[in-house]
Parts: sequence; C-alpha cells; structure tokens
Amino acid sequence: MNALTPEQLALADAVVAEHRGTPGSLITVLRLCQDIAGHFPPELIERIARGMNLPVAKVYGVVSFYSLFSLEPKGRHQVRVCTGTACYVRGVREVLDRVERRFGVKAGGTCGSGRFSLEPVRCLGACGLAPVMVVDRDVHGGVTPDSACKILEGYE
Amino acid sequence: MSARLDRAALTAMRDFERAALETFAPRVFCCSGTGCHATGSIPLIAALREESARQGGAVQVIETGCNGFCALGPVVIMQPGGVLYCKVRAQDAAEVIASAGGRPVERLLYRDPEGNAVAGMDSIPFFALQRPWILRNKGRIDPENIGHAIAHEAYQGLAKALFDMTPEGVVEEVRASGLRGRGGAGFPTGLKWKFAAASPGDVKYVLCNADEGDPGAFMDRSILESDPHAVLEGMLIAAVAIGSRHGYIYCRSEYPLAIHRLTVAIAQARELGLLGENILGSGFSFDLEIYQGAGAFVCGEETALMRSIEGRRGMPVPRPPFPAQQGLWGKPTVLNNVETLAGVGAIIRLGAACHAGVGTEGSTGTKVFALSGDVNNIGLVEVDMGTPLSVLVNDIGGGVPGKRKCKAVQLGGPSGGSIPAHLLDTPVDYEAITKAGAIMGSGGVIVMNDRTCMVDMARFFMDFIQDESCGKCTPCREGTRRQLEILTRICEGKGEPCDLRALEDLAAVITDASLCGLGQTASNPILSALRHFRDEFEAHIAEKRCPAKRCVALLKFEVDESRCRKCGLCFKACPAGAVIWAKKQTARIDREKCVQCLACFQACPFDCID
Repeated sequence: MNALTPEQLALADAVVAEHRGTPGSLITVLRLCQDIAGHFPPELIERIARGMNLPVAKVYGVVSFYSLFSLEPKGRHQVRVCTGTACYVRGVREVLDRVERRFGVKAGGTCGSGRFSLEPVRCLGACGLAPVMVVDRDVHGGVTPDSACKILEGYE
Repeated sequence: MSARLDRAALTAMRDFERAALETFAPRVFCCSGTGCHATGSIPLIAALREESARQGGAVQVIETGCNGFCALGPVVIMQPGGVLYCKVRAQDAAEVIASAGGRPVERLLYRDPEGNAVAGMDSIPFFALQRPWILRNKGRIDPENIGHAIAHEAYQGLAKALFDMTPEGVVEEVRASGLRGRGGAGFPTGLKWKFAAASPGDVKYVLCNADEGDPGAFMDRSILESDPHAVLEGMLIAAVAIGSRHGYIYCRSEYPLAIHRLTVAIAQARELGLLGENILGSGFSFDLEIYQGAGAFVCGEETALMRSIEGRRGMPVPRPPFPAQQGLWGKPTVLNNVETLAGVGAIIRLGAACHAGVGTEGSTGTKVFALSGDVNNIGLVEVDMGTPLSVLVNDIGGGVPGKRKCKAVQLGGPSGGSIPAHLLDTPVDYEAITKAGAIMGSGGVIVMNDRTCMVDMARFFMDFIQDESCGKCTPCREGTRRQLEILTRICEGKGEPCDLRALEDLAAVITDASLCGLGQTASNPILSALRHFRDEFEAHIAEKRCPAKRCVALLKFEVDESRCRKCGLCFKACPAGAVIWAKKQTARIDREKCVQCLACFQACPFDCID
C-alpha cells in the first residue's frame, strides 16, 4: 500500500526538477508531491531531499511542521470537519463525537476499512454555514450530528 | 484587449467599461463566494444564464464575490433598483429573470423579524447600517473581470501615486490617513512603510499576509474573492512607496477559491501592463507571485511567515532586527494584511482626509468584521470605527436566535478575549476594546448565547493555541500545555481551588517570556474569562456544576419533573433512544442507554434537564 508506482515517482521527479533552482520552493514541491502521492512515505521524502540537494532531516522537519502534509496514507474520502470558534459554538463537538462513533474512526485517523479519513481542521472561513463539514471537495453547511452521518452514508 | 495600458488608456478604459455596464440596463448580480458556493450558487448561475438566453438575452447575469449576507445565500441582487433575493434556488431562475425591471418575486425577498418582506437592500438594517469602504465593490463586480474593477476606479490610485506623487508623498498620505494595520496589532501603516523606505538596499519586498488563520475570521478570504484587484493595487502602491520590485501574497491553501481568483487577477493585470516591467509606461516595475501556505497558524506571524516563504519551518525569530530592516532573505520587507492593502488605493485616489475623517480619533476609517456564532444575520459587515458593539450584534446582526440571550462576544480570535453582554456599548476602536479586556484582532466577532460555558471556551482556545504553538520556545510550548491540562480538569469536574491561581501564574510567565505574538497573547482567553466570568470557574471547581450546562462530566442527565412540560422534544432529539416519553407524560432518561451527546439539552426549550 505504501509503495509508490513508477508513474507517481516520475511525476514527483518532474516536480522536483522544475523547482530545483528556485529558492524557497520546498513547500511548493511538497504540496505538489502530496497531490501526486497522497502522503509522504519515507522513500518519497528521501527522493525529494536528494533531488533538491537538501538534508533528509530538513525535508522531514518541514513535512512534520505543517498540518497540510501527512506521513500516513489517507482514506478513500477525506472528511474535514471545521473546529473553528463559530462551528464550536454551534455544536461541532457533538457532530465529531457522533461521526467518530458511527463510523469507528478517531479524529485525525482513518477508519479500518479505509473508507474515511476524519480530519478536524481549524477554521475554513465559512462561518456563515457553521458547523461546516467538507467531504472531498463538497462543502456541507449547517450540519447536525444526524445530518452529518446521513451525508457520509452517501460516500462509499 | 491585450495592449499594455498607459495612464490615458487606463482612464479611457474605465470610462468605456463604465458606459458598457450602464448601457446594459437590467442586471442580475449573483453571489459566488465560498459560502454561496456551498449553498448552491454554481448551478443557480448556470440556470440564470440559461433562462436569460431563453427570455431574449436582455438581462445580464454577473457572477460576483461574497456579498456578505452569507447565512441567507445564495444571494441575488437585481439592478437597477437594488432588490435583494435570499436563498435563491436554480428552479427560481425563470421567475428571477422575468422580474428584472418589473415586480419583484415576493417569496424570495428578505423577511424582517416581523415577517414583512423587504425589497430594497438599503431598507435592510444589515446593509443600511454599514459603510462599505474596503468592501465597496462587493457584490458589484465580477472578480474575474478586470474591466469591472477598472470601471470602479481600480488602479487610479496607482496611477496617481506613479505620476502625480513622490514615494515620500505616498508614505505621507498613508500616514496622514491614520490607517492602522488591520491584521490585528494596529501598527500605523504609514510608519511601517516609512521605516522600510528608509532602509538602504536595492532589493526590497512587499508581502501581503493572506494567511487568515484566526478561527471565526473570514474577512480576508471574502476580500480576495470579491475584489482581488484592490489588494494588488495596494501592494503596487506599497512598492512605489518603499521602492520594491517584487512581492508575494502568502495565502492559506485552505482558500482555493481566493487563490484561483488572485491567479486570474494577476494574469489579467500583467496582460494590461499593470504588473511587470514599466507599469503604465512610468518606468516603474513590480511583479508578484502567490505563495501557498501549508497549514500552520503561527505563519500569520510576520517573521514566521517570511521563514515559510523561504521554504523552512515557519518559526518566528526574535526582533530586532525588524523586517523593515532585515526581512525576507535578509532584505528590507513590508508585510501588510489583505484588508489594510485593500484600502490603500482609495486613500491615495481620494486623499487622506476622506479616511481620516471617518471613525474615532485614534482609530480612523472603517473596519470589516466577520460576524458569526449565535446571531441571526451571520456575515461580513463593515462599519465605522467607534460603532458600539451592540449595533453590530443587535441591529446589523439581528440579535441572538431563539429565546436565548447574548452572554458574551468573543473578539480577536485565540489571542483575544470575551466581552460580556453588559459591556456591549463598548465602541469598536483599538484602545476601547483593549480596555474592555479583548483585542480588535483581525476582526472575528463571535456571538455566544447563554448555553456557552466560558470555562469550556477557554479550554477550546487553549487547545487551539497548544496545537498551533510552533514549539520553538519553552514557555509557549510547555506552559500552554499545562494550562490546557488544568482547564480540561476543571471541565471534567476535577478542578481544585488552587487551579485558578496556577492558571494566572502560568499566564504571567507565558506572556512575559514567549518569543512571538502567539505565545505573548496565548493566555488572553483565560485571563479575559477569569476577569469577566470568574464565578463560572468557581462553580465548576467548588460546586462541581456547569451553569451553562455544557460540560458533560458535570451534568446529571436527569429530567426535573416539576419543570417538564411533557412536550417530547427531548425524546425526538435523542439519537440513542435513551429518553422515555409518551404523550402527556413526563420524560425520563435511561442512563444505561444515554450516550451523553447533549442533544436533549439543546432540544429542551424549558431548560428542565439537569
């Protein structure tokens, strides 16, 4: 599951080659490589470090610092639940609790079947719709514990 | 339209575009911000365009950025006339198009709290009490059409700065306007520019901070989505003022629509010669690029943001040296917030006095607030500095929904504080808000009703800060963790009398000894809650009771039979089948089945569950 395909590696190499000479481009490279691979297995980190001519420790340090980057593989669907203040005041805690229980997934983790990754995120800036849940690219506003579970049932 | 403009051509284009907009008589402006996208504005716009073509094509459909009235989206404004439709669906498209220039569609109009339909935008308090300055183009222009922006005077301020003023004159104009940084700290913008202009060096940078990480704040996102050219113009003027040739917009990757619209705006500006070499034929050159953040709250702090652009971990460094002397890659750098920059063009175009004349003595101009939480009209509002908070919450915001009361207003994000309901006459002004125990911050205003537990909210903010601390300095990394542990204990009913003292002692050390603003302000939510709501902390600790009925560990999950009105709402709300109820019977809770989800508490209108 962790091994990358030759195509993915070739795409990642192309990204590295394109940005190699630009100062400060490491985060951009990592962002694009995560889009390709989904996460950062050790072999990818080493490959990026070699390609950018940087110490592995520096690349690992940057990957682990930013919440956008993940060292673990993700589920088939990414469920991002906003835990900003407005969503919290409007009851997102109960939504998270119920989703965790219903689908057997812990916040920040992936459920055993690989169906969902549940990721609490800090403020998506859509406070008018609080509480907000984003499944892949679909934004669902005004969710309740019940409606959140119903919405997720629709994603296989 | 690929010719590079000079000043005369820019003005000619403005007049041409304006005339073109005006000759197209009936126009439908449909909001297409992130909020309205989520409620269905994309299919709505497609349906409106299709209907317009079917009905003869006389009505122009324009896709705009955030209109501000987010909770009632998708929002549609009809021009001329300014009729506002709320919660419009794709199936309403035929009626909306047919109503252009005629009788409004009654059922889509906004309804005031008494249930009366209101047609005109200007008759709705939400809009009537605002003064759009930064947001003057919201809902009026297509953000992906530079012609619309130019029709509304975009880049005229830049032209004036380039041809009619000296760089010193530009700095002086901004200083005279009294503009203070809208990112939170309120540092005078003109002064910041003056320092950077005075720093020696051929390479200088202008940065735009669009890393809006404060939970509950979405002003910057809305500005970028609705009027990206205002931000570009602000950066260009800053570049003229300090003599910079290159800039970056540091935008969070959580804002894909804002990034998309900025990308389009930059490409269009480059094509017209408003970015790049020899801008407007003046000999001045400046270009900029977008740098996407990767999800770290601390990167909103200026030195951390610069480290992040350099491709490193976004950790702050001690000042001095200040960024105006040694910033990005060690070069003199000016960093301004999106909202600050969006106001600069108009200040230069109209003169400092028009900004200095609005607001209070120490805080001039207007401020954009993101109003959310337990309030009827959630959205983006802009008011004069000095407007009382009560106007924001009760008049523009329409008060607290349901039969609940306003308990407090949280301002300034995690570094801010809560202002209790009885101090709501506090004016929005940097100094007055600080005096009341909060900060202006970037402008998130979160209204909280009486079901909000202030201890729980303090715990929530500490959880955030602790999570987002970059970990570089010990007081912030370890101190906030200890504070979070104590607050969690109190919420779980395990608080001890010495805990409040410990929280305060920790707060003093963290505030004094932390390296950057994140740590120095980390304890504010606790201190402000202790200042205004100490009795709630004491109830949790001494009586093991949560007065707001929010802390699960302190609740009994029992129905008070004397108060129960037998309505069955708790029975309907319970997802676990733990409420036992039949018609005309008092409800009871089966503790074996109860999952402690609080659904019954929220459903009970009579507060009879303990």
